[in-house]
Amino acid sequence: MKLSRKWLNEFVDLPLNEYNDRVFAEAMTVSGSKVEITEDLSASMRNIRVGRVLSSRRHPDSDHMFILQVDVGEKQVQIVTGAWNVHVGDLVPVACDNSLLPGGKEIHTGKLRGEVSEGMLCSLKELGLTEHDYPYAVIRPAAILSDYHPTDLKKHSISTDIQPGDKVFGSVIAAGVNAVAREGDAWKVTLNPAAEVLCGWDNIHEGDLVAYDTAKGTILGLDDLHAKQAEFPHCQADGIFILHEDVKPGDDIAVMAGFDDHVVEFEITPNRPDCLCMIGLAREAAVTFDRQLKLHTPQVMAKAGGDINALTKITIEDPAFCRRYTARMVRNVKIRPSPAWMRERIRNAGMRPINNLVDITNYVMLEYGQPMHAFDFSCVKGGEIRVRTAREGETIRTLDGTERALTPSMLCICDTEKPVGVAGVMGGENSEIVGDTAMVLFESANFDGVSIRRTATALGMRTDASSRFEKGLDTENTYAAVQRACELVGLLGAGEVVEGTIDVYPGRKSPVTLALEPEKINALLGTDIPAADMEVILRKLGFGAENGVVTVPSWRGDVEHYSDLAEEVARFFGYNEIPTAFTGAISTCGGYSPEQQCERRLGELCRGLGMNEIITYSFISPTYYDRIRLPEDSPLRDSLKILNPLGEDTSIMRTTILPSMLEILCRNYNYRNKSAMLYEIGRTYHKRKDGLADEPKTLSIGAYGEGVDFFALKGWIECILNELDIHDLHFSADRDNPSYHPGRCATIVADGRLVGTFGQIHPRVMQNYGVDAAFYCAELSFDAIFALQGGTPVFTPLPRFPAVTRDIAVICDIDLPAGELVETVRKSGGERLRDCVIFDVYTGHHIVEGKKSVAMSLTMRADDQTLTDEDAGTIMRNVLTALKEKHAAEIRM
Amino acid sequence: MKEIMQKLRDASLRAISESQDSENLESLRVRYLGKKGELTQILRQMGKLSPEERPKMGQMANQLREEIEKAVEQRRAELMDAMMDLKLQQETVDVTLPGKPAVAGHKHPMYNVLDQIKEIFVGMGFEIVDGPEVELADYNFTKLNIDEGHPSREWTDTFYFTEDSSILLRTQTSPMQIHAMETRPLPIRMIAPGRVYRKDEVDATHSPMFHQIEGMVIDKGVTMSDLKATLNLVVEKIYGKGTVTRFRPHHFPFTEPSCEMDIQCHKCGGKGCPTCKGEGWIEVLGAGMVHPKVLAGCGIDPDVYSGWAFGMGLERLAMGEYKITDLRLIFENDIRFLEQF
Repeated sequence: MKLSRKWLNEFVDLPLNEYNDRVFAEAMTVSGSKVEITEDLSASMRNIRVGRVLSSRRHPDSDHMFILQVDVGEKQVQIVTGAWNVHVGDLVPVACDNSLLPGGKEIHTGKLRGEVSEGMLCSLKELGLTEHDYPYAVIRPAAILSDYHPTDLKKHSISTDIQPGDKVFGSVIAAGVNAVAREGDAWKVTLNPAAEVLCGWDNIHEGDLVAYDTAKGTILGLDDLHAKQAEFPHCQADGIFILHEDVKPGDDIAVMAGFDDHVVEFEITPNRPDCLCMIGLAREAAVTFDRQLKLHTPQVMAKAGGDINALTKITIEDPAFCRRYTARMVRNVKIRPSPAWMRERIRNAGMRPINNLVDITNYVMLEYGQPMHAFDFSCVKGGEIRVRTAREGETIRTLDGTERALTPSMLCICDTEKPVGVAGVMGGENSEIVGDTAMVLFESANFDGVSIRRTATALGMRTDASSRFEKGLDTENTYAAVQRACELVGLLGAGEVVEGTIDVYPGRKSPVTLALEPEKINALLGTDIPAADMEVILRKLGFGAENGVVTVPSWRGDVEHYSDLAEEVARFFGYNEIPTAFTGAISTCGGYSPEQQCERRLGELCRGLGMNEIITYSFISPTYYDRIRLPEDSPLRDSLKILNPLGEDTSIMRTTILPSMLEILCRNYNYRNKSAMLYEIGRTYHKRKDGLADEPKTLSIGAYGEGVDFFALKGWIECILNELDIHDLHFSADRDNPSYHPGRCATIVADGRLVGTFGQIHPRVMQNYGVDAAFYCAELSFDAIFALQGGTPVFTPLPRFPAVTRDIAVICDIDLPAGELVETVRKSGGERLRDCVIFDVYTGHHIVEGKKSVAMSLTMRADDQTLTDEDAGTIMRNVLTALKEKHAAEIRM
Repeated sequence: MKEIMQKLRDASLRAISESQDSENLESLRVRYLGKKGELTQILRQMGKLSPEERPKMGQMANQLREEIEKAVEQRRAELMDAMMDLKLQQETVDVTLPGKPAVAGHKHPMYNVLDQIKEIFVGMGFEIVDGPEVELADYNFTKLNIDEGHPSREWTDTFYFTEDSSILLRTQTSPMQIHAMETRPLPIRMIAPGRVYRKDEVDATHSPMFHQIEGMVIDKGVTMSDLKATLNLVVEKIYGKGTVTRFRPHHFPFTEPSCEMDIQCHKCGGKGCPTCKGEGWIEVLGAGMVHPKVLAGCGIDPDVYSGWAFGMGLERLAMGEYKITDLRLIFENDIRFLEQF
């Protein structure tokens, strides 16, 4: 919401020099109306003055420039201009020496083809304005024959030495201009051969040669000559802004154009649609600065006679969507531009002036916050308004010229046959206010916010009106707004208001009342504000407050509870005045849960091993399951599907974390990062019967690059699990996991529970990702790790007697997993065997085909004595016997 | 005899002082002082001396022995020093050569910031609560006083799993307020960080998945004073002592009164600069008193208990902390990015 400080002063006296932008913004913001940005409109231009053209002569050294003497108030300046629509006596905007134009362009005194120019005359565009702001500033150029520049030099349509009286074509001749004089909005041009023409061309000067149609008695423009702009480069609609304002030389153009204003942009929260207008913000400002709020009751002069009730009938067929419809009519409408003050205000509020009737509806919306619509009543078939939802198949061409298909959920304003507007969103082209509109019906209605929002979204057009309606507006506001519109019609002389008002009001509500409970309010705020002070604040805001009962004003639909009143009180007591004190739940003992501690420890361990933490999206593309080669019937394909995803890539909730890791590994690989070691503790999402999800966490590890292989990964995993006091890990080959290399994938089981899977990613998966590298990944269940992790460690006494180590090598079948040998050694070695570690596996020379040699180092120790050679020998014999019996493994000689 | 001793003295001391290594020194010691050494030989001839001369010569010989021993020790020490010097010389390294590579992994920058915040709250007696991301609309909206027609419920804003809009991806961590009130004993002092989802296209400041930290306190006698005191302390811990804060009214359906908390721009001290978009203040979080309707909906009597809650965006906080300019970097996980933190 943009607020003009100049306009605000009409309601609250807050002069800019007393309440500067900073003070205003800070105070409004802390009282609840957040200021986003303040723009000083005058800062965009400097030293641009009104000038009166005193004399004009042609530049001696140019075929198109004029040298003007211009009165700019205290002095007279010389300006060289290339524009042709300037005449002696005109009032023009002069960018004087050392001036600034909107857009940042600076103007200084300079020379143009040898002639001093002490500034520049400005066009509308150069002043940051458009013809919407000054509709009269349209420039109509005649074709000046001396400006003729044929595009094809061989094909001259007009002879270069054409003289007055020469024929151009048909009845058109060349005519010299003897004199030009202004006559009202037109020009009286005296021609040679003798003729006097009254015309609207703005670029004719004494001495020019024009094309004159002797048959019609008119001077021709480019179109009449079927000429292109390029053929008459200086005869254009672009030129200097000739002022028709009540100004005098020396006046500041910024002031004239209403740029002497500061525009404050507010962020209005959705619960306060009442602040989307001048009056609402003025009320907030008045209370914030403790100033009087000056409101005005519209006075309508209904001069047209007759009565609206005799002219039309209004029916609300869907009262759930339309709570109130108030209408008045205007006759003998005269469509023309609205006055400058109204155009300025509309422009400074960020809208575009159109014409008096349309501007009135917009002005009332900006002032009262009530969107209005004006229909050309002659286009309302049957002379009747019906507020109803659209019928299947109905369409409407809206004011923006687009044909829209309507659906039965959309509320429309209709005549007896068809929709003439989409309620609260946009009017229809079929009932648009146009130049010859004579009779207008003003609509000031209240529509259901949700319905309007959905309609606007479905049609893809969020308008100034719909964005207000969708927040839910005050039903009581429609009457004052339509009255104000009619008052403005009178004020602007835009037509004659018809007697009477139609006011269909099915959604009338009685005012909300609340008990004022000061102790509850103070208890919520931690304050000690007297009840009387609370009442004062509430009354200033328009609430009724008497005998402990608060009556909520109709525009404050957001207030329905004592806590809402507490906020109103707090806002103007001052949030920053509320004392600070610790009063709540200070007896609680905070901390991390055991799960959180375990998760933190896992992270520390991963980082300690050199892995970087990543964060990946929880949603993936279903095609990722194909990439990791999940079988068609895999239960992991049964993902929760987002019904309205942003795109396929983020359309399902992942049931496995592997694709997320692979995506990040690939990205790093493709970024040419030589190696990467990554981890994430992330959730996967698994459908539950109740429609919600189990969301277990997985420790996901991924790596590639130098030094990364199966056993490096295994070493990390062992380290992590051992550190969490999970020992006794059983690794077994998993040849069937489709995502992993069949010969380099293992599952981990501890204490009978599956911890996870790890290994090298299957080369076919790598092909699916288009990466020619070896990736290693692990997926470990957080729940399993958490359940298996050891508790508080119990101290084991340090060994008092030395250990004995013996190395052995055995020959066994090449396919026998070496881990099984170790397991047998451990089981058969008894309690004095403390450790068994494989340190070499060998095949080849000296070893029979189909066999391998496995070398193990055994550590033995007793707690009560130093082991003798004999003790060690006994253990070794037992071990070797067991190896032989179980695996047919023979000691290698 | 005296002359012989004098001669031995001169010869031995010279030889010792000229000795160049410890082996040679040891052989000299044996040669002069050993059992068969030259001094011993001389002493053996003592018997030939007169009784008057014997003690004199004996004393002299002892003196000589001591002198030679001392010389040997001194020379030994000198040789050791020289050897040490030589060894040190040989062992000297070019300290500018690179160290052996050792890697330490990095926590994700956003979780660095999150952990910092968790520490602050844990220190103030808050628990950390975890909850579901696939959530009921009831918890994400209805029980938070967000009515049926609220725009945030639209399918253009929220991801849904069911046609009836009853199951969704949580759009905020606020449903954790409801879970906590329904399941935890009073008083409650908790924060709930986590992932949230909204239908925003990815760009430099938006992501369909991002993180929030929810916080809530419920007890008897909890007031807006407590909210302000606690959050002021938190902000001071995050942004440093002396950070100036301000509270301004705002709107959240599930808190009343509601507020947003700003800190004075640290870059310009509140004068207004590009960092604070000219406002002088930077918004850090939204908060408010838990709406009595919400309390009652969770079975907590608002006439007995009250509470406050807050929510803050983690991404923006981390981006501010580390001056990260593009949100996409956070989820891209390029190690060249990750290793900077």
